[in-house]
Amino acid sequence: MNISKKLYKFEPPSTLKPARHLYCSGCGHGIIHRIVAEVIEELGVREKTVGIAPVGCAVFAYDYWNFDVTEAAHGRPPAVATGIKRVLPDRIVFTYQGDGDLAAIGTAEIVHSANRGENITVIFVNNATYGMTGGQMAPTTLLGQKTTTTPYGRKIDADGYPLKVCEMLAPLEGVKFLARCSVSNPANVAKTKKAVKKAFECQVEKKGFALVEVLSMCPVDWEMTPLEACKWVDEVMTKTFPLGIIK
Amino acid sequence: MKTNDKSNKNRKVPMQGNIALCEGAIAGGCDAYYGYPITPQNEVASYMSKKMPESGRIFLQSESELSAINMVFGSALAGKRAMTSSSSPGISLMQETISYLCGCELPCVIANIQRGGPGLGNIAGSQADYFQSVKGGGHGDYRMITLAPAGVQEMYDFALVSFKLAEKYRNPVMILSDGYTGQMMEPVELKSYDSVAGDSAAGQEKYLPDWVLDGCKGREPRKIRSLIMEEGALEKHNYKLARKYQNIRENEVLVDLDRMDDAEVAIVAFGIAARVAKSAVDIARDAGIRAGIIRPITLWPFPEKEIFSITQKIKKILVAEMNMGQMVEDVRLASGGLVPVKFIGRPGGGIFTPEEIYEHLKKII
Repeated sequence: MNISKKLYKFEPPSTLKPARHLYCSGCGHGIIHRIVAEVIEELGVREKTVGIAPVGCAVFAYDYWNFDVTEAAHGRPPAVATGIKRVLPDRIVFTYQGDGDLAAIGTAEIVHSANRGENITVIFVNNATYGMTGGQMAPTTLLGQKTTTTPYGRKIDADGYPLKVCEMLAPLEGVKFLARCSVSNPANVAKTKKAVKKAFECQVEKKGFALVEVLSMCPVDWEMTPLEACKWVDEVMTKTFPLGIIK
Repeated sequence: MKTNDKSNKNRKVPMQGNIALCEGAIAGGCDAYYGYPITPQNEVASYMSKKMPESGRIFLQSESELSAINMVFGSALAGKRAMTSSSSPGISLMQETISYLCGCELPCVIANIQRGGPGLGNIAGSQADYFQSVKGGGHGDYRMITLAPAGVQEMYDFALVSFKLAEKYRNPVMILSDGYTGQMMEPVELKSYDSVAGDSAAGQEKYLPDWVLDGCKGREPRKIRSLIMEEGALEKHNYKLARKYQNIRENEVLVDLDRMDDAEVAIVAFGIAARVAKSAVDIARDAGIRAGIIRPITLWPFPEKEIFSITQKIKKILVAEMNMGQMVEDVRLASGGLVPVKFIGRPGGGIFTPEEIYEHLKKII
């Protein structure tokens, strides 16, 4: 029956390579990679897309996505994206960055590419920790959250507050679309896809800078089961990082 | 200025070093320039901001040197001729991405209009970034082709040919100049690519190699990376780079020999120091001292063989640098200890007088 085929046959998009992820069980990157891949396929822009993989767990994105992908030095993807987009303005250029990459070492690059209204799309994965290096404090680590470098929990007087990137970028006039989503449950995955699609459409329509922050799970570094991690995103993380279309 | 007017052929025009660098880069087909303000090379960004858009090319003032070199990285991987310029402290900030550019084998041009250091130093010309340029200021096992212009004409000439040289080897090219050469004004002949490179290939031929990331239309997707984690693969990659560097060593050494035919003492100097040394040799020759100059034009690859073969014919070498002894180490290595290698240096933005070098030369012979 056609309907059941449509419902249950779950083929990957052509924008994903048939490769095994190296991500840990319960990690959100696989879902977010797929969302990006589906959106690029649906917009029909696979053959003119150049993606930029970050330093961190997602550096291997170029082994998973089936289109042109480059790596960039830690924090510099928005500058690399600028260098590509300026010389190839009709291509679709996006960066995929974690919270250490975008919100710590690369704050100058993200703020200034946003402020220039650079016509690129940014997928910002916030899992409140440095995943690849083993779970250190990130700029987005929650107050009280224990990490390998905040063994007593993040404290305001020592480490300051979690950095709210969307709220920080919202006043910049070059920024045309900002959303914060999560991939912690199926409903939110669907909303994330909608937001990511909007962010890419923003670039296709040459409107300017678009960023989607995706709250994502890192169960291994959080020392939780995958289910506990999803619950933690929904019940704890979203209190500091409220979901929604910000701009 | 009518740079393409045929009546201007062979006619020289007065030009500042930093502007000649821009004109050379534009004539060499520079598609995109990214830069951040720093003295003594601010004329480059100002001139490029005016000139590049006039011919539909890209100029962008970045938020930092880190961003400038990463914008270069982006345009280079997209198959375009990209360039940045800065002065010593700014070039220090670019070292990380220079390492990435070498690891990813991306061609581009970087100009360092050196100033005095260390730290913020001062804004006078210097040659103290020799080690940084030729020994690898960034991390990892890499080399960067380094050209040292000794005057405004060579600022133009080297900028003109550097993109093709970078593309030939998929490697960044550094134009290692200094604040004096950047700021001074001299007559310049606005040459064509062919007349500078001695190459019949046109300087602006279509360049679209098979590694460029511009969207995978009609081909398999590509990736640019320097993270190579597979068992043994990074070692293999480094062996490949080493073979390329060896190839460059064998084919791209440039050295200028001046009055070396009958010389018994040689001054080895590069860039602006070689210009001063030229006047010192004039004085020495008038005084009956048979002196000559060996001027490395490529600082990497270094003219090791040329210096070694000359040591068979001369009695002493004097190395003159505007630092406290950097290239002298390479000269000593190249000389194989066959002749004494003496040194005179002026650090921190100081510059020699010809008499100063001549007096030192007299003392050592």
